[in-house]
Amino acid sequence: MSEVLLSIGNLTVGYSADHKNILFENLEIKLRAGELVCFMGSNGVGKSTLIRTLAGLHPPISPINKIEVDPKHIAVVLTDRVNAVNMTVEELVTYGRYPYLDWNIQLNDRDQEVIERAIDLTHIQHLRSKKIYELSDGQLQMSMIARALAQDTPIILLDEPTAHLDLNNRVEIMNLLRNLSRKENKAILVATHELDLALQTADVIWLANRNKKIITGIPEDLVLNGSFDETFQFKGFDLKTGKVFHEAWRNKSVRLIGEGHEYLWTKNALERNGYSVAETATTKIKIEKSNESLTWVIDDYKNCSGIKDLLYNMTAKIFPN
Amino acid sequence: MGGLLMQTLFRNPLAGPDVLGLSSGASLVVALTMMIPGFGSSLFSHSFTLALAASTGSTVIFLIVLGFSQRVKDNVSLLIIGLMIGAATSSIVSVLQFMSRAEDQQYYLVWTFGSLSSLNWGEIQILTLGTLVGVAISIFSVKSLNGWLLGDHYATSLGISLKNSRILIIIGTSILTGSVTAFCGPIAFVGIAVPHLTRLVIDTTNHKLLIPAVIMCGAAMMLLCDILSRFPGSTTILPINAVTALIGAPVVVWVILRSKKVRL
Repeated sequence: MSEVLLSIGNLTVGYSADHKNILFENLEIKLRAGELVCFMGSNGVGKSTLIRTLAGLHPPISPINKIEVDPKHIAVVLTDRVNAVNMTVEELVTYGRYPYLDWNIQLNDRDQEVIERAIDLTHIQHLRSKKIYELSDGQLQMSMIARALAQDTPIILLDEPTAHLDLNNRVEIMNLLRNLSRKENKAILVATHELDLALQTADVIWLANRNKKIITGIPEDLVLNGSFDETFQFKGFDLKTGKVFHEAWRNKSVRLIGEGHEYLWTKNALERNGYSVAETATTKIKIEKSNESLTWVIDDYKNCSGIKDLLYNMTAKIFPN
Repeated sequence: MGGLLMQTLFRNPLAGPDVLGLSSGASLVVALTMMIPGFGSSLFSHSFTLALAASTGSTVIFLIVLGFSQRVKDNVSLLIIGLMIGAATSSIVSVLQFMSRAEDQQYYLVWTFGSLSSLNWGEIQILTLGTLVGVAISIFSVKSLNGWLLGDHYATSLGISLKNSRILIIIGTSILTGSVTAFCGPIAFVGIAVPHLTRLVIDTTNHKLLIPAVIMCGAAMMLLCDILSRFPGSTTILPINAVTALIGAPVVVWVILRSKKVRL
């Protein structure tokens, strides 16, 4: 087991006004070097509050009423918007060095080096002199991560860094965090809603459940023992196959013959349209592949040039009127 | 200068000593010392008392506004509260004026017009001292001022003590506003307008550069207004407040127009 960087026992988190609003009770928090932890849970369960508590920005209810955080130990990326006119990306990243500077904020060579490295790691060299209001959401998020990296801390906490981003940016950010934890031996905690990404990148998952506890474990274990299903109470999503559940409302099954991606996507289209795919069905669809072109053949006689065509002919065949 | 500090502290481009009622707070206490019979007339000739009175006034108002700022999280409501406080103090001043003797009123009215010229050496020394202290405090706060720009949470996560720096910034602003208001009168609009003008000229958010730039820009602006108020070739001297507002108002309008393009 790698080095434990953060360990807090018996932590209770919430809003202390008459202690009624307790979000988590008696948590045992451990973050280890080199581990990427994805923190998941439904909206409103208190993920952001826990992150702010760990960062010392929000008072915990117990064991003590204030966590003292060394800014050289923990860096955070929050959902707070930064809207300062005129601030450039480079200035933003420079903020990461503030814990190391006196009131005169004079950067030395080492500070410059760390800033350059943070900018390199996040691939934002081309943005450095841009104003932050000119950035896209993804670029801004990358810059905020660069700022946290410039802080040069063993622990980084991130609150939904992938919210509002497109798939490409989400994958990029999760991969970056994955690599950082491994190569820089940092402990990284990410609150996220990206179930599929988290399952594929996290070393450890924290699941916030409804009993004010957090279940921890490696992703695959939590999938198989049903913790995910219990936490999220999926409505129409089957986690074990990773698919949205489709009702076979046409009450009609088809036998699909083919292979590879063509097979998977044809199956997807059929299930999405209310067919069930079964080996024993009488209606047969065969996917034929000949030099780059694909043909779908229904019951050996009707050729279709695409999946749209196939679906059209299926309805025509099954409901001839 | 005070305007820059407040705009950063409140993260609102329209904050400034006079909008948030600081100047009117200073005016109120000055009016009190000038117009309450027996109390004022013996003391107000002493310029240091005047500075102290104005500083106290602006500090008190600032503390009230800041107290509200802990309760209301959004800046627009805070700004409205500041404006209301300003209006309330101004009306108290009107009541005082109504009840006081004519000659005291005259003194006060002249004071509110604002003037750069009617200072003797002793007064200038006190003003210089106040300004130096205020500027020193702000220069010492550049790191936390920059931190404020990122927002409370980020500033704290960078190890900047919000409480201490907030208090320091309040004290700095109050001393600056107080001493200037005491000797030159409640000068309108310069506080809001100058920081925006400066940002137009130098393109940075770093207070290490902004502070000296704002000081120079502010001084130049006041000199310009003073020259304009003297009507070259004539002996008439306009109240400097009229001139500053004449220049300041279009600047504020411009900021609002610009903030549609740029999120402030």
